[in-house]
Amino acid sequence: MKTNDVILQTTTKVVFFIIFIFSIHIFFAGHYTPGGGFVGGLLTTGALILLLLAFDLKTVQKALPFDFMKVVAVGLLLAILTASWPLFVDLPFFTHAFDDFNLPLFGETSLHTAMLFDLGVYLVVVGAAMTMIQTIGGDT
Amino acid sequence: MTNIVLFPILIPFFFAIVLLFFKENIIVQRILVSLGLALSLVSSIFLAYIVHTDGIQTVNLGSWAAPYGISMVSDAFSALLVTTTLIVTFFVVIYSFYAIDEGRERNYYYPAILFMITGINGAFTTGDIFNMFVFFEVLLMASYVLIVLGGEKRQLRESIKYMLVNVVSSALFVITVAYLYSIVGTLNMADISVKIAEVDQPGIITVIGILFLIVFGIKGAIFPLYFWLPSAYAAPPIPILTLFGALLTKVGIYSITRTYTLFFVHDVGYTHMWLMGLSLLTIVVGCIGALAYFDLKQIIIYNIVIAVGVILYGVSLMDDFAMAGSVYYIVHDMLIKAALFLLIGIIIFVTGTSNLREISGLMKQYPGLGWVYLIAAFGLAGIPPLSGFIGKLLIVQGSFNAGHWIGAIAVLLSSLVVLLSVIRIFLYAFWGEPKETKPINRMQYKKMMIPTTLLVILSVVYGVGTEWFMPLITDSKDVLLDPSLYIDAVFKE
Repeated sequence: MKTNDVILQTTTKVVFFIIFIFSIHIFFAGHYTPGGGFVGGLLTTGALILLLLAFDLKTVQKALPFDFMKVVAVGLLLAILTASWPLFVDLPFFTHAFDDFNLPLFGETSLHTAMLFDLGVYLVVVGAAMTMIQTIGGDT
Repeated sequence: MTNIVLFPILIPFFFAIVLLFFKENIIVQRILVSLGLALSLVSSIFLAYIVHTDGIQTVNLGSWAAPYGISMVSDAFSALLVTTTLIVTFFVVIYSFYAIDEGRERNYYYPAILFMITGINGAFTTGDIFNMFVFFEVLLMASYVLIVLGGEKRQLRESIKYMLVNVVSSALFVITVAYLYSIVGTLNMADISVKIAEVDQPGIITVIGILFLIVFGIKGAIFPLYFWLPSAYAAPPIPILTLFGALLTKVGIYSITRTYTLFFVHDVGYTHMWLMGLSLLTIVVGCIGALAYFDLKQIIIYNIVIAVGVILYGVSLMDDFAMAGSVYYIVHDMLIKAALFLLIGIIIFVTGTSNLREISGLMKQYPGLGWVYLIAAFGLAGIPPLSGFIGKLLIVQGSFNAGHWIGAIAVLLSSLVVLLSVIRIFLYAFWGEPKETKPINRMQYKKMMIPTTLLVILSVVYGVGTEWFMPLITDSKDVLLDPSLYIDAVFKE
């Protein structure tokens, strides 16, 4: 008999977005408060795992048709390119740049290239954790 | 070019990432991996040239001044090792085009090699002790992948052993760095050296010195800590075994050399006595192992252990001649071990077995293989015009200068054992009556011979042209024996 987990699936549909948005918040808050790419990435993975638990592997793969190894590669590429731009202006590797901008919607905002590096970390964490879970959970 | 120091690390890393996108396309992978290694090789040769003409090169990552940020430091020693690493890897990768099966190539074989090279070059270049730990982990994790890739029964068993040993030693590494940090309060290697000199190495620093010897001794396979190496290295296929045998233990040796010439130089009587004793015992067990086996792989693997002992014995003397000898010998050993492993790989390929008793009379069918092997064997043992000679000569000279005649005689006798062990392979495998062997693909055999022969030729050039390389070796030796050169280079301005 197939069990009916309608309550689990319905709650998941709501809770998933709350966890996901919280993970994005944690990711952006990293520069001034606790948080950052690593925790943010793990929280996002947590949200995806909740989806995997409530539905099954095939459904989630259909909803998120990423090859997560490629996500790892994109994350690494982003990190190395962010760290490498000083090579072209003859500054030491990993020199970051930052400035204050007046953005239309956000107002006075401090933008920092360290965030791009963190985005790389975030993608690597999500990609690596999801690859592990899908590999262990899948048949192949 | 501020960042020239980093190119031999960054280029393999970048190409490793790009290769992740081409998992299924083996042709693209092969092209990109050889292109990446060629580019990094060019950059490392350029780096060695810059280091030779302009002195030690440093770069402070993120523009943070020396003790606060991570410094990458390239002196002649590390530039030499980085260049040799890339040369060896380049030839091994060309060899693996013909020696590795498609299944492995399809499953991140080349990216894993490039990640491992990133780690090795990083560990050779870094000027920060914790960053060295991170690079150790980078190379170790890539080596875990390589040792288990393919998933044969033996590989699975040995990879568990290998990982357990290395996880324990990595934990010990972190603990040791924590002890050191709690005492000197800094992680920058030049700064640690200054701080230890200020407090004149009290007992606790000597304890940390011995702990570092244990940590790096496990990685570099010195006497009581080499137990994991022979069986673990025999498990993966030949090209991977070659990379491990030629490169991984050398990172341990480099780290011991660096810490024992930069940090722990104020109580040499105690710390270096341990290093000397253990390295001599390493030579002894290596010799026993090299004579005991009738298995091609095991004989050469135990020769790695002997070489580790000889190099560290030279380091422990802290003498001009012996240090130059060790620097010369470590480069020689990387080249010649790689060549020998590739050669026995070809022998195993043409005969289908690594048991020496089942092979004979290869000279009739494969004269080229036989002569190249003989040259490599003489090079390993140190017959004068070849590359093993000068290094051992300098080490023995330094040893007699310091009055350690037992050590000098041990090194000389070990050469005899090395010669006996590799010549035994020659006598059994190449002389005698030819045996029926299964027919092999002659074309593949020829293609495998090309990179191997080139490596042997390089090692011959290294031996015959010692005079060309001597300036770099003298530079390395000067920096190793005079830490103030290293410290001043890091704290310039």
